[in-house]
Formats: sequence, structure tokens, C-alpha cells
Amino acid sequence: MTKKEKIELVRIIICMIVLLLIGILPVINVIKLILYIVAYLIVGYDVVLKAIRNVFSGKVFDEHFLMGLATIGAFITGEYLEAVLVMLLYQIGELFQSYAVGKSRRSITELMDIRPDYANIEQDGKLVKVDPEEISIGDKIVVKPGEKIPLDGIVEDGESMLDTSALTGESVPRKSVKGDAVRSGCINKTGMLTIKVTKEFEESTASKILDLVENASNKKAHAENFITKFAKYYTPIVVILALCLAFIPPLFIKDLTMIDCIKRAMTFLVISCPCALVISVPLGFFGGIGGASRQGILIKGSNYLETLANTKTIVFDKTGTLTEGKFQVVKIVSKEEKMLELAALAEAYSSHPIALAIREKYENKIKKDKVKDINELAGLGISAKIDNKTVYVGNEKLMEKHKIKYKKADEFGTIVYISLEKEFLGYIVIADKVKENAKEVVSSLKKKNHIKELIMLTGDKKEIAKNIADALGLDKTYSELLPKDKVDRLEIILKKQSEKEKVAFVGDGINDAPVLTRADIGIAMGALGSDAAIEAADVVIMDDDISKISTAINLSQRTIRIVKQNIYFAIGIKIFFLLLGALGIANMMEAVFADVGVSILAILNSMRALKTIKEKR
Amino acid sequence: MKKIIKLENLDCASCASKMENAIKKIEGVDNVSVNFMMQKMKLEINEANYDTIMMEIKKVCKKIEPDCTILDK
Repeated sequence: MTKKEKIELVRIIICMIVLLLIGILPVINVIKLILYIVAYLIVGYDVVLKAIRNVFSGKVFDEHFLMGLATIGAFITGEYLEAVLVMLLYQIGELFQSYAVGKSRRSITELMDIRPDYANIEQDGKLVKVDPEEISIGDKIVVKPGEKIPLDGIVEDGESMLDTSALTGESVPRKSVKGDAVRSGCINKTGMLTIKVTKEFEESTASKILDLVENASNKKAHAENFITKFAKYYTPIVVILALCLAFIPPLFIKDLTMIDCIKRAMTFLVISCPCALVISVPLGFFGGIGGASRQGILIKGSNYLETLANTKTIVFDKTGTLTEGKFQVVKIVSKEEKMLELAALAEAYSSHPIALAIREKYENKIKKDKVKDINELAGLGISAKIDNKTVYVGNEKLMEKHKIKYKKADEFGTIVYISLEKEFLGYIVIADKVKENAKEVVSSLKKKNHIKELIMLTGDKKEIAKNIADALGLDKTYSELLPKDKVDRLEIILKKQSEKEKVAFVGDGINDAPVLTRADIGIAMGALGSDAAIEAADVVIMDDDISKISTAINLSQRTIRIVKQNIYFAIGIKIFFLLLGALGIANMMEAVFADVGVSILAILNSMRALKTIKEKR
Repeated sequence: MKKIIKLENLDCASCASKMENAIKKIEGVDNVSVNFMMQKMKLEINEANYDTIMMEIKKVCKKIEPDCTILDK
């Protein structure tokens, strides 16, 4: 509890004691009245003060004014106890509300707290703690086990396991050794690391992410704007209605006295306070964004959360999103066991992606002294002498050129044929591997998230694209696109959609920034470390786990559901009680009860948006 | 200059947006966003008149939300 809340609690307790005394003590009515006024002022003086101040500064219609008017009205009509109780209840409600909001705000910010407090640097052989803002590029910092890495850098010395969960939501620790780039916000688990700083504090990952998430609630969703507008018109309308309620019915209905009607009007005013809505809606959004960021999904604004929840079409970039974005050997067809070794030897010095894939597959150390006379033949492949025997590694054309009788392979991907002394040995298929969980994610997006259409865009060849799309169960593919064509294609897709059904684009953010920006919502994957992607996208998934797309949509749909529940629920109950109050069925006590009750329920409901975090972790 | 300022006892979301709008109108304030959830205010103001602008901001805030204190140190 904050200091202010404590003072409020004390005032509430004193007020209760005074009320109790009034009930017990046998005193004359005048003293009772004085005691009532004392109790009222103790618990509600600030409300009355604010109401008066607002009237003077020209802002008449706010909740303090309503409460002040209603309770003073009750005093005038002689219902002292009711006046004090109403104020007391109102203050209890306010206290609870402020406590609940404060608490959820704290728990969200704690969850997002990746901001490092200090950095260790070595001075005169001793470790000194300094403010990370004081460290400049090139400085060496020491991170002990259990500490947060304060700034981005490169490991100079040491070896350790890093907990990256605060950044990526990924719970498996990552190993870091000398030469690895490490990011601020990760927690050093096991060993001591010496890190050479490569980015200043403000530019480091932790600061950037925090900045992004904290500012997310500044971009307001429709639902939030609706609330602000609602509050603006709502109070004046209610006050006018209350005035009508007080003065018009007595003119027409004989049985109703003016006093009765004024009382009803007061009750009407008390019920009308819109605080529940005004607080619970931003709280819900904030909880949703906070929860997502904890799982390595950064949503840049409440408005994007809303768009994400309404996504009906997802357009994927192939490379790096649905696939690993890395060439790998997927198949080796040969009778000769040594073929892979021969290929690896021939490709020993090449930096071509195909060479890298073959060498990676071979795993063993390559005995480079066995290879001689390597010739890279552009557009064909490689020729080399291994143990003085001629080896050709390359495509069909290379085989044809040297008149080698090869068997044409019917496979998807890039095919590398290998021959030894003009005798055909077999072939290796190299392709960009589809991510392991991609198929699962695609089906869950369709079934659970009700995505209508899944589309893939790629610069790759038609057969390869079709092969992947069929394997994953995508609805459409557009292949052999240049980066510019991707934007055009997206434009066509966007045109076909109705206003309410949104189109998301998922890419790795490296060369598809224009498409990311153009889509209703751009999702960048594997963005940890790619500033361009973080800049261009609306939703950033820190690692390259494709299932997070589904998680992000789940989270946003859930948050929007909670926010909508609150809006309908709060407005519904309000209107119901307003009617009861107007008809004289509900008295003022019940009115305050309804107001406080709705607020509390709405806040508790909003806090569920945050609870997803715990469930998933 | 850009500055992030903490706010205390900023209790209502609509007050936050009222404050934001009022501060935007102060001369020398290039941009401001009041973040209700984070209880923070992000300011972009003219450095030369820093003190006068801060005074003005405090005055405006007091008027809208008397309970709210600006912790600018």
C-alpha cells in the first residue's frame, strides 16, 4: 500500500468508529448531527474539496462532483446516516480500486523488469558496481553467475549458460562462449563472463525492449478511445437526465413529492459514475501486452493487439519463417559410402551455401592436404583432384559437360551430382528445411485461431514452393517473386479483404520490411538483434519459434474478450441500476454498492489478462 | 531535450489524457505522452526554458489532478 492508501484506510476506520459511537451513545439529536458531519468530513472531505474546486475551474461533471452533490443532497433531505454510509462505501471502493490497480501494475512491471540496475567493471584489480549508463562502447564488464547482463556485447572470456527467457520466453538456457554476442536482459546462470561492450545502455536490447513495451499503451485501441469518448459525453447526459428526473415527474404525477424525486435523482447520479470502465479497459490491455512480452512477443500497441485479434488471413514469407532459412543436406543417394567425404573435400575452400551445407553434414575434420587443383566453375560446380583422382561436384550441366553417365534425380531442392574419375557416384539433395513444428502451427492457426486463409510468398522456384505449401497445408502460394512483387501481391490480398478482417504478414524482417509495414499487422520473427525488424514490425517475436504466432493471436483474442466483457458488463449493470434508481426501486446505498461492485469485478476481470502469463509458464 | 518523469498518485486514466492534452498546449513543449499504466510522463521540451516549463507543467497537473505529484528529480 502506498502512503496515500494507508491514510485513506485510517480515515475509513475512524469514520466507522464514529458511526459506531453515534449508534451506541445516548446523545441528543443536535450532537448526533454534529457527529455525523464530523464522520462525513473525515471520510469524504477530499471528495467535497475536489468537487468545489472543479466547479470553480469550470469542470462540473466528474465523479467527485456527483458524489458530493448526492451526499450533501442526502444531508439536506435529513438522511444523515445514509449520506455518511454512501461516502464511506465510495471511499472503500476507491481504496480497493487504487490498491488493485497498483498491485496489478506492479506485478506487470515486475514481470517485464529486464532493466539491469548495475554493471561490474574492474578498477585497480577490484570489481566495482557502476551505473550501466556510464559505460561506453569498448569497455569491459564482468557478469557474475546470477546477474543480469547489463549491456549488449561480445564474450571476451569465460563460458556460461544464459537464461534468455526474459527476452524470448524460451526456457532452455543458451550456451555462450568466447566470441559469442550476448544481449542485455539475459541472466548469467553458471559461469563468470567478461564482456566487451558493443552498444551503449540506451541502445542495448533490454532498454529497447522495455521502451517499446512501456510505450505500447500510448497507442490506443478503438476500445480505449471509445471509453474516453464515452466518458466525455456520458456524464453531462446523466446529469441532465437527473435534473429531469428531479423536476419533471412531480409536475405530472401527484403522489410523488419533490423530495422523493430529488432523492431518486441523487441515487441516479451515484450509480452513474463510469470509473469501472475507465480503469479496467486500459488495465486489461496493459495486462495483455505485459503477458505477451513475457513470452518473447512484443506487441507495440493496444491497437495492434486489437488488429491481431481480428486477423483472418496470414501471409507468410517462406525463408526464415516457415523454413529454417538455412541450406541443409536433406538426402544422400549413393552406394558409395565415401561420397560425402569426397564432396566435402572438393568443397573444402568454398564459401557457397551449398558447400557450407555439405561440410556441416560431413561433421568430421576435413583433411585439406588430400585435395589439389580445385577449380570453381561458375554456374556448374567444382572440380578437384583428391588423392590424384578427378572429382566433379556440381549440377546436371557439369555432368553433361564431362559426358558422365548420370541418373537424373527427381527431387525437390538443389541437387548436387558427384563423380569420381568420370564414374557417377550419386547425388546429394540440399534444401532449406521446413521448421519442425510448422505443420502443427498451421493446423492450429486454422482450427484454434479461426484463420481463414494462409498464404505463402516466396522468391523461390515454383516446384519448391508448391512442395512446401502442400506439405504444410497452406491455402495458396505465390512463388518466384522479387521483393517488390511481394508488396504488390500483398496489395491484391489486402484489397480482397473486408474492413473487419485483417491481414497479417509474417517475415524475418531482413529484406521484407516494406511488406511488414504495408500489412494491417506486420509480425517479425527471430528479431532478437535485428533492429530493422523491430523498427518495421508491429508485433515482434524475439526468437524464431513459429508457434508464437498462434500464442500471440490467442493472447490478443483473450485480452479483447476480457475488455469487451468489461464494457458490456459495466454498461449493462449501470443501465439496469439507472432504471431501478429512476423508478425509485434502488436506494442510494444499493446504488453505491452497485457502483463499487461493478468496479471491483471489472478490475478483477482485467487482471485475468495478465494471468495467462502464469498459466503458460 | 527528452526527459522521462515519474508521477505519483496518478489515479485515473481519463485524468492522464486530460493532463497530456493540457501539457501539449504549453509553449516550449514539443511532445508529451502521459502513461497512466506506467505512471510516467515522457517529455520533449525546449531546454532553454526548462525551469519555467516545468513550473507550468506542475501548475497544469495540480489543476487537473491535485493528488498527483511530479517527481522531476
